[in-house]
Amino acid sequence: MTAELGHLALALAMLCGICLAVFPSLGVWRRDARLMAMATPAAYWQLLLVLLAFVCLIENFINHDFSIQLVASHSNRDLPFWYRVAASWGSHEGSMLLWILMLAAWTAALAALSGHLPQAMRARVLAVLGAVSIGFYLFALLTSNPFERVVPAPINGRDLNPLLQDPGMVFHPPLLYMGYVGFSVAFAFAIAGLIEGRFDSAWARWVRPWTNVAWGFLSLGICLGSFWAYYELGWGGWWFWDPVENASFMPWLTGTALIHSLAVTEKRGNFRSWTVLLAILSFSLSLLGTFLVRSGVLTSVHAFATDPTRGVFILMFLCIVIGGSLSLYAARAHSVQASQAYSLLSRESILLANNILMVVAMFAVLLGTLYPLILDSLDMGKISVGPPYFDAVFVPLMLPALFLMAVGPLSRWRDTPVLPLAQRMRWAFAASLVIALLLPLTADSDYKPMTALGLLMAFWVAGGVAMAAFENMKTPSGAVDLSRLALQPGSWWGMQLAHLGVAAFVLGVTLVNSYEIEIEKKLSPGDVLKIEEGLSLRYAETTARQGPNYEAIQVRFELIRDQKVVGELRPEKRRYKASNMVMTEAGIKRSVLGDLYISLGEAVDGGWVTRIQKKPAVNWIWIGVVMIGFGGFWAAADARYRRRRVNSLRASPSDASSKIGKVSG
Amino acid sequence: MSPRQKRLAMVAGLITALTVALALVLNAFQSNLVFFFTPSQVANGEAPQGKSFRIGGLVVPGSLQRETDGLKLQFAVTDQAKTVQVHFQGILPDLFKEGAGVVAQGMMQADGRFMAKEVLAKHDENYMPPEAAEALKKAGHPVGAPQQFQKAPTKP
Repeated sequence: MTAELGHLALALAMLCGICLAVFPSLGVWRRDARLMAMATPAAYWQLLLVLLAFVCLIENFINHDFSIQLVASHSNRDLPFWYRVAASWGSHEGSMLLWILMLAAWTAALAALSGHLPQAMRARVLAVLGAVSIGFYLFALLTSNPFERVVPAPINGRDLNPLLQDPGMVFHPPLLYMGYVGFSVAFAFAIAGLIEGRFDSAWARWVRPWTNVAWGFLSLGICLGSFWAYYELGWGGWWFWDPVENASFMPWLTGTALIHSLAVTEKRGNFRSWTVLLAILSFSLSLLGTFLVRSGVLTSVHAFATDPTRGVFILMFLCIVIGGSLSLYAARAHSVQASQAYSLLSRESILLANNILMVVAMFAVLLGTLYPLILDSLDMGKISVGPPYFDAVFVPLMLPALFLMAVGPLSRWRDTPVLPLAQRMRWAFAASLVIALLLPLTADSDYKPMTALGLLMAFWVAGGVAMAAFENMKTPSGAVDLSRLALQPGSWWGMQLAHLGVAAFVLGVTLVNSYEIEIEKKLSPGDVLKIEEGLSLRYAETTARQGPNYEAIQVRFELIRDQKVVGELRPEKRRYKASNMVMTEAGIKRSVLGDLYISLGEAVDGGWVTRIQKKPAVNWIWIGVVMIGFGGFWAAADARYRRRRVNSLRASPSDASSKIGKVSG
Repeated sequence: MSPRQKRLAMVAGLITALTVALALVLNAFQSNLVFFFTPSQVANGEAPQGKSFRIGGLVVPGSLQRETDGLKLQFAVTDQAKTVQVHFQGILPDLFKEGAGVVAQGMMQADGRFMAKEVLAKHDENYMPPEAAEALKKAGHPVGAPQQFQKAPTKP
């Protein structure tokens, strides 16, 4: 019964979505405040109903209702409780429902927290979100109903793909989707702004917190996905430039450009076209990502061609969204224009350069991701574009971006004279240069210029953050007062935290790429393997172990430093009973300085072929990205977004910029 | 500089930067494309020498041989028409199975052996790498349509 209830709730939720799209728009048109006010209950009811549908689906998974096709094909009686919950979004249909739930949640949150917006603007934004949601309801109900029944019901389910049976599956998709879907709010504001012809700094101030939060969630979602792939796939890699990863990375890149462009729009009233286009682009890329991952087009273009309903639907939806919003932009572009002069070197021009680099990087990823698909669909042969391409493109594009990242926050709006800026930054540059040149000398391995370059960038960015903090601590009399930092607004703290996160990320990537050690060797019980001077690994014993729904062979390795056992690692080979799939579970010993990572290959006469990897500083990659994500949240929590009433007259760009000018010194 | 000259300088700088970036991207793209060849194409000498490419098909049952160190190994890949011997050193993915689909990336040696740097078999046992499926189809032995998601029990 719950399945039918869930289906009904989903259909009713669609009705709410239609109400949300139609009545507030009518209200704006007829200047009827009551019709506009209908947006709020529609958004709340929509969330309630979608939540009900989602709970129904989870209930089906928890209680093993194998008469539901989705449960039968993605769950199993032996599947542990939390994986049954996570299995509800481990499939195409379930993840679409999750997407809808997230959209409803963002919409309701906007309805709840937008009381300070002008009524017409608020009604328009919510109506756009309602219109977007209709597309997804139609998609779910027409092509991917999660509540479809199977007759006769099987006795047991096919099990969730063992690769997905991991805590990562519980948290990664909801976080990632929060980010993906969150860009719909920026999109809705862009559309509403285009219709109304309003892109002043008040508009930017409304959009910024929403965009920052969405971007923060997307960062955390990508981070968790990377961390999960690292420990679960058994390769020890943290990013594979896989199309599925790229699908989430592209909106992140344009989202990064968007939050910076929004800063300029708010403070200076410039970059309005950029901001609008980036908002449209980010959301479109979120949709494209869904299309790529969910239509099956990545698996095989030809399989997609034989069952194209879903893919064609998303593709059409994508065309309507992109085509519609770009046409609207073209028609209303005159209302977007407004520009204040800024010089060749100013905070505006630096942010513009960074934005361009982000967008070019996004197009490079897009090219590498789509080109093989296009070629294949035209029957022009099969090709693949691997990590070497992305590495070759990314490093040179990100180097100037990183360089400018430290300079941007220290430069002034409108015009920054070169010499004083260079003078202020000379110590940060000298310090990072010295560290970058000397630090690699302390390592045992050969001196690599790329290592020094990576370190230079990491410490340069960190130096920029330190400089910004230092300058804000100085009192007018020249003394240093730490408590002055507390005067800085949340957006300042968020930015510095995120930039410091980038430094940590670059540091992690540089160190792990430069100094990782990989050994592949057959090891038998009692063998001792020397990893490096003073550090070795002993094969202690092999044991069999029963998991809840798998059986495993576990090898216990002892880590020996200077004749003393300092820890142990327990890599496993698992065989999942329901699907009969074999999985490698890596044994990892983590520390802030780096990981030791062991995965088992094949059992060969009494021993195991084993891959042992030492990964220095690898955790800084994720620590950095977590800082980036929370930087987004912190910036969104800035007190100035929480002021209830915004006087649109007072918030003219020039006024805002003079106010901010004081703050950023 | 007058505002007009400034704007001109800005636009010129932008265009130069974009051109450089674009040239960089396209150049990297050109030199990092990896093409796919079927065992029949490789046997006919269509595959390039000294350049990395991908090969795909089925692992011939019983063809997997390991040396005593457990790391160096070889197996045969077939599209049911022609067979190519693949040499590899390292750990095979969990889903590598004799008789199942596989894709290997590497280079052709002068003596006609294929030295793989990477062996791919994907996440799901029902899943056939698209390249492998393509190779079999081209050679006239198609397998069932590849599926990313496990098929649900069929309805009556």
